[in-house]
Amino acid sequence: MENFIHAYSWINIRFLLQGLWVTIYVSLISIALSFILGLVFGFIRYVKIKYLSAIVGFVIDIIRNLPLLLIIFFTYFGLPELGIITNPTVASIIALVVFEGAMLAEIVRSGIAAVDPGQMEGARSNGMTYMQAMYHVIIPQALNKMIPSLLSQFVSLVKDTSLATIIVLPELLFHAQIIYSQNTTYLIPMYVIIAVMYFIVCFSLSMVAKHLQSKY
Amino acid sequence: MIGILTNHWSEFLSGFWNTILCSLIALFFSLILGVGFALLEVAPNKFGRAVAHVYIEIFRNIPLLVITMIFYLVVPQIWFKVSGFAAGTIGLTLYTSAFIAETVRAGINSVGDGQMEGARSNGMTYTQAMRYVILPQALKIVIPPLGNQFINLIKNSSVLAFVAGFDLMYQADVIAFSSFETINTYIVVGLFYLVLTLPLSYYMRHLEKKLA
Repeated sequence: MENFIHAYSWINIRFLLQGLWVTIYVSLISIALSFILGLVFGFIRYVKIKYLSAIVGFVIDIIRNLPLLLIIFFTYFGLPELGIITNPTVASIIALVVFEGAMLAEIVRSGIAAVDPGQMEGARSNGMTYMQAMYHVIIPQALNKMIPSLLSQFVSLVKDTSLATIIVLPELLFHAQIIYSQNTTYLIPMYVIIAVMYFIVCFSLSMVAKHLQSKY
Repeated sequence: MIGILTNHWSEFLSGFWNTILCSLIALFFSLILGVGFALLEVAPNKFGRAVAHVYIEIFRNIPLLVITMIFYLVVPQIWFKVSGFAAGTIGLTLYTSAFIAETVRAGINSVGDGQMEGARSNGMTYTQAMRYVILPQALKIVIPPLGNQFINLIKNSSVLAFVAGFDLMYQADVIAFSSFETINTYIVVGLFYLVLTLPLSYYMRHLEKKLA
């Protein structure tokens, strides 16, 4: 029990909170960028532009079916071989955006496909162009349907940032490892508190998802 | 790239085999746990529902890597010794079982209430109705999402690399740093993963279309 009291000194807690902050801001940047990427590529895949959509679809399928860890390794250790030097933060954001962008693109594609085709026909016969109908009628309805899957993908993204410890991104798990490597009796207290911290962040996001799911 | 593959063929193969083995073991146990907790979650028993709910929310909202590290580092300190492979497989099982439980629960809920009422009014007990009427229909509905969970499971098995589980990703790491051919090694390992995941993924999409 004594271990716990010493382990949770203010200096350690502050250090963990700095890690949590890195986890959160890397997640937020990756969520924003991968959402844009997912919308664009999901849309391209849905509309079936000759050749382009097939190529985009194939690349998305490849990325979705690889482990994120492999993509993180690739961006951090592989890109320098091609002459692109990155730091851990940039490398993890690139990896997360590429991987989650592909996952989101699939959600977006199936979301648009799930909107009743009658909606498009109705909008077109009311004189809208294809793009107008997409923008004003189809996409808003599709987004509504997608919200729960999108949010649970965002929860996954937050959890997945922990994988970036391996390329020394100074996030929550990595900071905990620094603390207990200096004093091994802190090992258990550290895993207890970071599990709680991750749980609070992810559970609140999941609750928002549940709330929205029951609303729509 | 061919050179990397032929020079390190036995390492790749043993990693590939460990990835498959760990995925299959984790799949088997997470299916049992997942279906069990899903049944608890829809059961009329309030206490059972609460237990299932807490289990699912805990394992869904903590990163797999943290769960695995807890089994690899914390459990040996207070309980029993766990090898890297076992810690990874246990972590994967618990993490995936929470997602499977959610999927199966959704499947059970999507079977109409009338099915349960019909079965009960034909004299079946609740358990019989679940076992012979509801669950078979529910499991058929959830095959595609379960398949997708299995794909995630295979990809997630790469956390074994963190705990010296000798899986594909671990071998990739070792080969990349001994041969200094990082990109080529990662491409080969990526292909090994795709051999497992891509056909499954296309098959699940095909099934989804067929069932829809």
